[in-house]
Amino acid sequence: MPQRRSHLKRLEAESIRIIREVAAEMKKPVMLYSIGKDSSVMLHLARKAFYPAPPPFPLMHVDTTWKFREMIEFRDRMAAEAGMELIVHTNLQGKADNINPFDHGSSYYTQVMKTDALKQALDMHRFDAAFGGARRDEEKSRAKERIFSFRTAAHAWDPKNQRPELWSIYNTRVKQGESIRVFPLSNWTELDIWQYILAENIPIVPLYFADHRPVVERDGTIIMVDDERMPLKDGESPEMRLVRFRTLGCYPLTGAVESGANTLEEIVEEMLIARTSERSGRMIDHDDSASMEKKKREGYF
Amino acid sequence: MNELTEISANITDYLAEQENKGFLRFITCGSVDDGKSTLIGRLLFDTKLIFEDQLAALARDSKKHGTLGDDIDFALLVDGLEAEREQGITIDVAYRFFATDKRKFIVADTPGHEQYTRNMATGASTADLAVILIDARKGVLTQTRRHSFIVSLLGIRHVVVAVNKMDLVDYSEERFREIEAAYRAFGETFDFETLEIVPVSALKGDNIIERSPAMPWYQGMSLLDHLNTVEIGSDEAERPFRMPVQWVNRPNLDFRGYCGTVVSGTVRPGDKVVIAKSGRATEISRIASMDGDLEEAVSGDSITLLLKDEVDISRGDVICASDSRAEVADQFSAHLIWMNDEALYPGRPYLLKTGTQTVTATVTELKHKIDVNSFEHLAAKEMHLNEVAFCNLSLSSPIAFDPYETNREMGSFILIDRFTNQTVGAGVIWYALRRASNIHLQALDVDKTAHADLKGQKPAVLWFTGLSGAGKSTIANLVEKKLHARGRHTYLLDGDNVRHGLNRDLGFTEADRVENIRRVGEVSKLFVDAGLITLVSFISPFRAERQMARNLVEDDEFIEIYVSTPLAVAEERDPKGLYRKARDGQLKNFTGIDSPYEEPENAQLVLDTVGSDADVLADQVVRYLEDNGYIGR
Repeated sequence: MPQRRSHLKRLEAESIRIIREVAAEMKKPVMLYSIGKDSSVMLHLARKAFYPAPPPFPLMHVDTTWKFREMIEFRDRMAAEAGMELIVHTNLQGKADNINPFDHGSSYYTQVMKTDALKQALDMHRFDAAFGGARRDEEKSRAKERIFSFRTAAHAWDPKNQRPELWSIYNTRVKQGESIRVFPLSNWTELDIWQYILAENIPIVPLYFADHRPVVERDGTIIMVDDERMPLKDGESPEMRLVRFRTLGCYPLTGAVESGANTLEEIVEEMLIARTSERSGRMIDHDDSASMEKKKREGYF
Repeated sequence: MNELTEISANITDYLAEQENKGFLRFITCGSVDDGKSTLIGRLLFDTKLIFEDQLAALARDSKKHGTLGDDIDFALLVDGLEAEREQGITIDVAYRFFATDKRKFIVADTPGHEQYTRNMATGASTADLAVILIDARKGVLTQTRRHSFIVSLLGIRHVVVAVNKMDLVDYSEERFREIEAAYRAFGETFDFETLEIVPVSALKGDNIIERSPAMPWYQGMSLLDHLNTVEIGSDEAERPFRMPVQWVNRPNLDFRGYCGTVVSGTVRPGDKVVIAKSGRATEISRIASMDGDLEEAVSGDSITLLLKDEVDISRGDVICASDSRAEVADQFSAHLIWMNDEALYPGRPYLLKTGTQTVTATVTELKHKIDVNSFEHLAAKEMHLNEVAFCNLSLSSPIAFDPYETNREMGSFILIDRFTNQTVGAGVIWYALRRASNIHLQALDVDKTAHADLKGQKPAVLWFTGLSGAGKSTIANLVEKKLHARGRHTYLLDGDNVRHGLNRDLGFTEADRVENIRRVGEVSKLFVDAGLITLVSFISPFRAERQMARNLVEDDEFIEIYVSTPLAVAEERDPKGLYRKARDGQLKNFTGIDSPYEEPENAQLVLDTVGSDADVLADQVVRYLEDNGYIGR
């Protein structure tokens, strides 16, 4: 490895190489776009990879219908700016059954509105490769995952039988119905992501910046009341607090942190002195240490 | 180390500092209980990369799976898979990230068990340094030798041997010196650029971050100090320019960009370049990027090149410095690591991927296997999981490459099984075989078309495959009779008959079966060349070999005919009494009994022998030949 390029340049080059390899070898790739900061970086890298052409694949967002409203606005704007087709998929059966995080619990809700929805969308469009913005530093089972992660026709991941992945030579072969999840940001850390956003001036959803927002506190987690669908418990009333989000997902499942950071520099600074890892704001990871591995085996990203 | 709490007032300065940090990718390897994962956990913990909530989860898990009572078991931090936590071992490579005030690190924690050698090789392929652990109580083991060998094979030039668990041998200098001498005795043969041997206790933190007062006799650097300062020679930017073309970018008629990652050297507009395989020369006109045109790109950069002339270039081509082209060859010698449960047999075709090129490849000769524990060279007819061998490979078309020693990216490849799509092997190229270029095919004036025209037919191979007793020979025989009666020129190669002559030196092991089919494939090719309709009646149980035979002739010259009969029916017919013998154990490796039959996936014809008369089925074959223009009506 050459030592002449900065750490970020090296990560950027590796990611671009991965993205191009997928475009060159797969029949029908798609980029999963979750609207978070990692997705923002991934989209930016895809645009760089194919400049001056737009990336030769669509963006896809699995909409659980419980995302923050600001995320949806941001999503539509970014897709238009990149000149890319945007596919939005919702599990319509789940929506008809009114599957929601309050009545059905985060685990079942995630299964139906995220994992099942994702599988439906991938099957419907017959995508043979899907980019995801996951990083290996996020979680233990992710640290074990390949950059090109093979999935069976049922979208299952077999962690004990992964294809060996040597050098930068990626095995992209799949049979009908099978697919590959590709993680171009595998080797980035949370700090790298923020540094890169800063260095490249990449737009991110304003929810990452501190603002006065209506919130309630439940079991020590600060939840934003983003719309009127959120049932309030007895004696609960939303109060305005200066908060921001370190990670974004479905608003009822995403904990805010109290913070006054409203520039990228302040966010990075806050992150550097933080003593809690970012996923702790996500409720679905708490159930069990192996819960992510289990979800991934079933097809979750 | 305390950078996180001492962030300078000016965050911009801090970030600039981060940008300029060095970078090192390393692996840790060692035997089962040498404490690799504990070492990494210790590094993450002591460099403050473990967050409070992770620590809380760790404390919970330590009680559940840990081996240290109420103490925190750091290994559980990196052994991320449920099966690993339950069994207390590392199965697959895990990537972890940490940083000091000098460098950023990516560490691959790789498994020690021999059955996971392939996973260790995966981690080693992208590392610049290896930390090899040795348990101070056990000393140098065969595993230590295996790990050192794999590390060396994959081109890692820097090694740190961490003699761990020094706390369990009372921090004995004598014990350490003994192990140090034992390692150096064989480690020398690998000619590593740097080799440091450090006594540590990962569990207690001795000599990990700082020199430990428990071992005042040790004068060297702590492990982390060494990782922080070791010079990783990187002259890739100084080497000849190479860029494998990954993607051709054509957004409009005025822009034709060649995208790829520079794998060595430096490139600037105006540089003269040459395309490795075609030898066409041109000049770089621009290096385009979203941030504006670049003045220079170096090894590691992913770029888009525009050329001065319109040259025919596509994915798989390699753009090279014009004064130093990559080699081009279709036969070479390489070290191969086999990574699949199913063995490798010489002659069987696989897909070979190197850089952006993918071709069909076969191992033509296994020169020798290498015992990874003793480094002895052994004769070999086949390769099994986790074995390493030196071999010759032959490709369906030439590739551009450089020897692995001089260029890791240009000299490495993987082998992919064409049917399962598994990555089954990984190799490093040593040198091209010159003999390929010295045997030129003799061009013959009376060629295949001339032969066929005289006979008034289109030659082809009718490949009958199926279980023993399925009815292959019966049907093939009838087909030949019918064709003969119509004045067609044919020849029937029957499995049993060929084994009495051409292939009488072959047995029924998988390796021999592969060779058996290879020879028959070559003979059929000659007969097709002679203009004959060639009928082949062979069990040929493996898809890979049938594919190999198919590859020898043109696409439309190979007609695969699956004679489909359920095993029970074939066994009941048992015309030669072979099934009975196989069931009695007198006949080994009998297809359908103790050796598999892989059904064809894309046969041109499937003949279902249950409920159909052989004569009717033979007519079906003749009709196929008529319908597709092989013979006249």
